Amino acid sequence: MAEQRLILDKQDIDRTLNRISHEIWERNRGAENFVFIGIRRRGVTIAERLAKKLKEFEQVSIPVGALDINLYRDDLSEIASQPVLKETEIPFSVQDRKVILCDDVLYTGRTIRAALDCIVDLGRPQSIRLAVLIDRGERELPIQPNYIGKNISVSRGELVEVLLEEDDGIDKVIITQGV
Amino acid sequence: MALLIKKGRVIDPASGTDDVLDILIEDGKIKDLQKKITRPKTAGVEQIDAAGLIVVPGLIDMHTHLREPGYEYKETIQTGSWAAAAGGFTTIVCMANTNPVNDNASVTNFILDKAVKEACVNVLPVGSITKELKGELLTEIGELKEAGIVAVSDDGVTVKSAEVMRRGLEYARSFSVPVICHCEESDLAAGGVMNEGVTATYLGMRGIPPLAEEIIIEREIALSAWTGQPVHIAHVSTAGSVRIIREAKARGIMVTAETAPHYFSLTEDAVVSFKTDTKVNPPLRSREDMAAVKAGLQDGTLDVIASDHAPHSTLEKDVEFDNAAFGMIGLETSLPLALALVHDGTLTLSQMVEKYTLNPAKILQIDKGRLCPGADADITLIDIDSEFTVDRDSFRSKSRNCPFHGWHLKGRAVYTIVSGTVAFSLKN
Amino acid sequence: MPLQHKDLISIRDLSPDEITLILDTAVSMKEVSTRDIKKVPTLRGKTVINLFFEPSTRTRTSFEIAGKRLSADVVNISASTSSVVKGETLEDTGRNLQAMNPDLLVMRHANPGAPKMLADLLPTPVLNAGDGAHEHPTQALLDAFTIRERKEQLQGLTVTIVGDITHSRVARSNIYLLQKMGARVIVSGPRTMVPLFIEELGVSFIPDIREAVKEADVIMMLRIQMERQHESLFPSIREYARFFGLNRNVLQKAKRDVLIMHPGPVNRGVEISPDILNTPYTIILDQVTNGVAVRMALMYLYIGR
Repeated sequence: MAEQRLILDKQDIDRTLNRISHEIWERNRGAENFVFIGIRRRGVTIAERLAKKLKEFEQVSIPVGALDINLYRDDLSEIASQPVLKETEIPFSVQDRKVILCDDVLYTGRTIRAALDCIVDLGRPQSIRLAVLIDRGERELPIQPNYIGKNISVSRGELVEVLLEEDDGIDKVIITQGV
Repeated sequence: MALLIKKGRVIDPASGTDDVLDILIEDGKIKDLQKKITRPKTAGVEQIDAAGLIVVPGLIDMHTHLREPGYEYKETIQTGSWAAAAGGFTTIVCMANTNPVNDNASVTNFILDKAVKEACVNVLPVGSITKELKGELLTEIGELKEAGIVAVSDDGVTVKSAEVMRRGLEYARSFSVPVICHCEESDLAAGGVMNEGVTATYLGMRGIPPLAEEIIIEREIALSAWTGQPVHIAHVSTAGSVRIIREAKARGIMVTAETAPHYFSLTEDAVVSFKTDTKVNPPLRSREDMAAVKAGLQDGTLDVIASDHAPHSTLEKDVEFDNAAFGMIGLETSLPLALALVHDGTLTLSQMVEKYTLNPAKILQIDKGRLCPGADADITLIDIDSEFTVDRDSFRSKSRNCPFHGWHLKGRAVYTIVSGTVAFSLKN
Repeated sequence: MPLQHKDLISIRDLSPDEITLILDTAVSMKEVSTRDIKKVPTLRGKTVINLFFEPSTRTRTSFEIAGKRLSADVVNISASTSSVVKGETLEDTGRNLQAMNPDLLVMRHANPGAPKMLADLLPTPVLNAGDGAHEHPTQALLDAFTIRERKEQLQGLTVTIVGDITHSRVARSNIYLLQKMGARVIVSGPRTMVPLFIEELGVSFIPDIREAVKEADVIMMLRIQMERQHESLFPSIREYARFFGLNRNVLQKAKRDVLIMHPGPVNRGVEISPDILNTPYTIILDQVTNGVAVRMALMYLYIGR
């Protein structure tokens, strides 16, 4: 087993998501016309939690969609094993909506690029904002998040893993040595 | 010019011999056959040490297609004879479906002239029963016999009209010419490319029912019984055919029959690969059919093993299965495949040898197939334990359509001696 | 889990897990087809050649749309425009196409085994789009997808296939796929059109269609080729429709929620009487829609990386 470092525990994650949900509300003076779109799989969980928190704090219902970016990847020929496709489920129109795109870890920016391509294929939103739980830097594309849970600095060989209860049975963010 | 074969185990079914003997050959004939023959003092006597080898009468393949004249790109009389010698055969019988068809004496003469000049084994032609194999007009069987045919057959097709076949049998009888029957009811077989059975059902291929063969065998046997002319059934492939022939023999009808090595070595399962080398007519049949063919060989219902050597080039074989030509080459794999039946106990060595020597010689009424002083010195020496892998690229035949490529087999001819001359030896 | 074979020639080459992967992938692909912009960039720069030696509109179009929705360049070659009429062998045609570096060959041919012949010869993956009476694997996959949409799973279902089984590649591929996935298959039709050895494929043969549909969850009607009348396989269209066609009387014997499928194109009033073509249980158009999704899934899985 590789060496692990704990970055966020359950309370940290909860506190961070609370903060992001408040930021979204405050900066936009409400959440009218908003939709959440999570990138499969943990981005979807984050989107759902943010929607739940806004419902709790502000009594607003924001729709949540799930996006599978694999059909938009630019590295299909390079990755070792072919990704298994999951359905993109966005049960609402994105036309003229304010999209908050959610993901767990922001790294090179390529996933976000693919997600943006997919969203614009689905319609023309009024805006797209990006919310991420972890920003580990080292971008390869000019992409910046609007809402950040935590900035961390890790070396290339290290792996940032976000584990969420709905997907993994536990809430924590850890850094492990890559193989 | 003399040759002394020392200490081989001589098996001659005609005389019932199975003993270690020496054989002395002089001037193309067997001079002597004794327990111990001392090498004559005269010059030029060659000697073959046959200790550990089986010495048998030169093998006869009574069913081959040499493709000359007309299809020399597939095989010629010369290359076919090389393949025969390499397979242990000293005499081969070639079918009439050349182009032009061997339906007149000039074609027979052409084949025999070519054979004298170019072939390293005895080549005996078969004439057709009907002109151009059309099943309509009888050929000049009398003149064909004079020219040198040993039998008549429309092999490749069945004489469709029972009336024409009846007259053919009757007419051949006037000259005591054996008749070889290709049995295939053409309407039942039409469009078929493999056996009608489970495999064809899986593959969605049009089947040739065993019935197509059996119904004509029944007809030929009935015609033989009526006309009194013996018939020889070519390439028997089904359990039903074996049963029909067995019963006819029991009734005293003069019917003989042959099968080919692929019918006791392969089944329709081989076609699953879609490899066109497995496309043959009659088609490879079921496991039950294969078992019945073996049983027929064992109990003597099937008198002869003949290869039905049918060379085709890549032009006919490297195409879609439906469009590929029927046929596989067999001269160079026939004996090893038959020896497998000896190794697995289906046949005794003597039974197997009989089916390659005495039996075809009797059916064709030729003075071959036995080892005795005065006989033609056609002799095959076999190493029944020599193991090898079939490599079709090493074949003497011009064609490569062999489904046994890569098979591991045990036993093969090591010397083929035709009229006292070594036509093939494994060492060279 | 990647697929084990370079090519898709026969359903028999696929494992149940692979079939499930293909069907699951097709769910994502179906979503793409519901968008306003029905195109994703997945196969950008890839070339798909539709090599059709037999006329086909439906299947060829389905593959073409599938390729285009994944942004592949799709080229159609039909027998009439190919060199085949000039006497070029299949092997040569294949080698020539290979020389242009395609990424995928989709092939239909009248002869069983022809796609396998090219698949064995060429490094490019080959998808069998129907080879004689052998197989039509993509049809069986889209049929399975369509059944699964309505019945959740294939395991435990009974599917009755009615018609010219002997000459049907659709029947064969469906028999292999349905059995692999745990469904039971019954075939029905005139004995002249049902192979003598069909039961050795593990299916039951019930000649009387009214009996054959009784336990069916799905009825698949096969297209009848009018030419078969001349081969003494059935005497007349009238008699065929009366005894082997699907009509209200037959349907009364079946379960209430039975699904009715047909690989198309339908001979109206022959295999299926017109009054049941437009009922909710007739899902022939779903099959067509799903055909695109399943073929997209196959293209993604065979050449998507």
